[in-house]
Amino acid sequence: MPSVSLDAKIPDGSIEEKWDNHRFSVKLVNPNNKRRFEIIVIGTGLAGASAAATLGGLGYRVKAFTFHDSPRRAHSIAAQGGINAAKNYHGDGDSIYRLFYDTVKGGDYRSREANVYRLAQVSNDIIDQCTAQGVPFAREYGGLLDNRSFGGAQVSRTFYARGQTGQQLLLGAYQAMAEQIRLGSVTLHNRTELIDVVQVDGRAAGVVVRDLLTGEISSHSAHAVVLATGGYSNVFFLSTNAMACNVTAAWRAHRRGALFANPCFTQIHPTCIPSSDEFQSKLTLMSESLRNDGRIWVPGQADESRAPGEIPEQERDYFLERKYPSFGNLVPRDVASRNAKIMIDQGQGVGPLGNGVYLDFADAVGRIGEQTIRERYGNLFDIYERITGENPYAVPMRIYPAPHYTMGGLWVDYNLETTVPGLYAIGEANFSDHGANRLGASALMQGLADGYFVLPYTIGDSLAPQLGREPVEVSHPAFRAAEQEARDRFAGYLAIGGTRTVDWFHRELGKIMWDYCGMERNRTGLEKAISEIPALYTEFKADLKVLGTATSVNQSLERAARVDDFFQLGLLMCEDALEREESCGGHFRTEHQTPEGEALRDDDHFAYVAAWEHAGEMAAGVLHKEDLVFENVKLTQRSYK
Amino acid sequence: MTVTDPEQQAPSLSTGEKHHGKMLHLTLQVWRQDGPHSGGRFETYDAPGISEDMSFLEMLDVVNERLAEGDAEPITFDHDCREGICGTCSLMINGQAHGPQRGTATCQLHMRQFADGDTIVVEPWRATAFPVIRDLMVDRGAFDRIVEAGGYITVAAGSAPDANLIPIPRPVAEASMDAAACISCGACVAACPNSAAQLFTSAKIAHLNLLPQGQAERYQRTEAMVDTMEQYFGSCTNHGECELACPKEISIDFIATMNKDYLRAKLKNRRYLSRTT
Repeated sequence: MPSVSLDAKIPDGSIEEKWDNHRFSVKLVNPNNKRRFEIIVIGTGLAGASAAATLGGLGYRVKAFTFHDSPRRAHSIAAQGGINAAKNYHGDGDSIYRLFYDTVKGGDYRSREANVYRLAQVSNDIIDQCTAQGVPFAREYGGLLDNRSFGGAQVSRTFYARGQTGQQLLLGAYQAMAEQIRLGSVTLHNRTELIDVVQVDGRAAGVVVRDLLTGEISSHSAHAVVLATGGYSNVFFLSTNAMACNVTAAWRAHRRGALFANPCFTQIHPTCIPSSDEFQSKLTLMSESLRNDGRIWVPGQADESRAPGEIPEQERDYFLERKYPSFGNLVPRDVASRNAKIMIDQGQGVGPLGNGVYLDFADAVGRIGEQTIRERYGNLFDIYERITGENPYAVPMRIYPAPHYTMGGLWVDYNLETTVPGLYAIGEANFSDHGANRLGASALMQGLADGYFVLPYTIGDSLAPQLGREPVEVSHPAFRAAEQEARDRFAGYLAIGGTRTVDWFHRELGKIMWDYCGMERNRTGLEKAISEIPALYTEFKADLKVLGTATSVNQSLERAARVDDFFQLGLLMCEDALEREESCGGHFRTEHQTPEGEALRDDDHFAYVAAWEHAGEMAAGVLHKEDLVFENVKLTQRSYK
Repeated sequence: MTVTDPEQQAPSLSTGEKHHGKMLHLTLQVWRQDGPHSGGRFETYDAPGISEDMSFLEMLDVVNERLAEGDAEPITFDHDCREGICGTCSLMINGQAHGPQRGTATCQLHMRQFADGDTIVVEPWRATAFPVIRDLMVDRGAFDRIVEAGGYITVAAGSAPDANLIPIPRPVAEASMDAAACISCGACVAACPNSAAQLFTSAKIAHLNLLPQGQAERYQRTEAMVDTMEQYFGSCTNHGECELACPKEISIDFIATMNKDYLRAKLKNRRYLSRTT
């Protein structure tokens, strides 16, 4: 194992100048030489599709891979609320600096200043790009773009397309990539999943993939490999992620030498529909834009049996408004989630299982009328009614927090390059921009920033010196060995012949993760998880039951491989959460809180990125630290009172 | 074939205490097909203990868990987001694309739409352009071919003008968004007696052609996409089944828009060509 050096490669200069300086100093690839380079892009969501389209447009030869039947299915499509940008179109005091500041503060000071500033800088280019592509953003009657305030921001900087912003942005990126496919610069491999990352001579040489229709294992080599494979909330089994979202690409890269940063930084989204039974396969998010007009409350006393309409005003506890008078229902996600949990733990939860809090629109209907509410949130109200069978115009919605987004991911430097040279991670798959908590409407921004405006510049730095060198042949022994390992792994799952299904194991793992590494963590619980996960993993390896073959469509077999990696990641998440003896953002250690019950950071000891090196299956990882230096933002106790 | 009798259910699958909804006992007739080139058949499954709060796909999850427990291979079906937006799920339920509820994709259909004792027939999309891969999973790649033919606005990253440079009247932006809401599930094709893809294709064309940004490529786009569509799909004879089946309730008015633009394209594209050659 080569010694790991964590050089973030942050450029010189003031925060405003860093990106300009860097763009001037990175090596360029001559336009005519770009076609001599091959780049593999894994994943075709917002980050992957925008990167593939842009790299293809620049003239690189791109091979893109998705496990979906079409890139347009990626889970970016489900993002509802919007995308932030520092346009200040509404003249309410926004600026690049303010977006940068809010994002660093919202992340509870655990992100890298230089990356976040760059994100804020390119945010405006994204809106221009997407509008030009035909993304039908909401408009005002004068024809100009509309904005709304969103999830903890005190300015209106969120652009949106009804409740389907992610869908429209993804379609823009997908369509841009479709054009490059037609032009021949991008070759798409659909229904194909990454199984391994291959290194030759200390550099990413390519990937091993599995055709999900035939089970065929094959290798592809290139000059660089880009992972745009999203987040890992499905480690909790129940989350707002799509069913197929998984950590496999990032985890396999980690096993091959890429460090994994801040794995315990996961975001629990406050406004999801509570689960109704144990067969629940996923949790559905309701956009937190609902918090702009809905008021969150629970009955003032435990074990309330009256219907919400029968509980008089003075017997209700609008707990967010009570505790946070200045932000009220618009406090950041981590704060809103944890407070809902506190209420439910006190027995004040509502609904048949007592596992929700009310999100009530009665006041808003009285203030602006049902018609306006219908215009703003009609599709969300319809979704709610379809799922619960209740009409939210008549009775308050019930909501509960659910795992939603993972701020942690592969460690990357300012170039978005992992610790494996030539291997990049973009979008939710990397760790760099959101710190310990992501603000609403910032995920779409980051995915597209990385794909359209950052990676296409920074990747040249690593490609330029390789001019004239062909990609490693896929007949290289390193590829052959990785292929064999992959075949053995899949044959292995089928050979176990046990008694428990993949979903059973996944559900059990999810329970451990949710109970001990979910909204609240503490030493006792984490130590318990660290002993239970390997035991359950041993059972998984001994008692798993997967039917069918490895040579045709086999969805259980696909899931088995993904859940295998979730087990290993879950253990690392718990180790990371245990090591971080402080509370910050979405990471709340009950031992570390202020007298008012807020997250208590320890900047003297934990203002660093925890980057873990793989040290063997189910073995404790090796911790490396990147100290976070704040030259512009003053660290304060976050307060939303 | 009866898969499970309620007494034999594994403890993890017991239904009971945690439910507040009504329980249903259903019979499923499901299309099973081992591969693209093998013959298919209906299999009958007894499905007791289904909560009306489950989604249709969660019901299939439960049936699949029981099948696996009984050493029978689970039913293959496409699905992903389970929020009605990715367009991956695709089932003919009792002969209706996405089942009985209007404006609802299969993943958002809940079992309270069915009654205790019902028999439910579950089939894959049926269209030549969507060959069956296995069981209920089909290949909808033809949709991607149509988009690749011209379903985009060419703009290199970094070359766009300020987003507020071109005001777009709100009704125009809203109409474009109505069309852009398509999730590419293929229900329109599955519901059409001709397996035509006019609703899908016209929605994409209208989304882009309605916007000022889409004008430069408007007619090349329209001709290329329609011609590609016709390589794969049947012809539209105005049945209107597509609109009824569409989970996003996209209007067939867009088909008229597309036909008008296609007619114009046939003339205008020749004129453009004569100018440039």
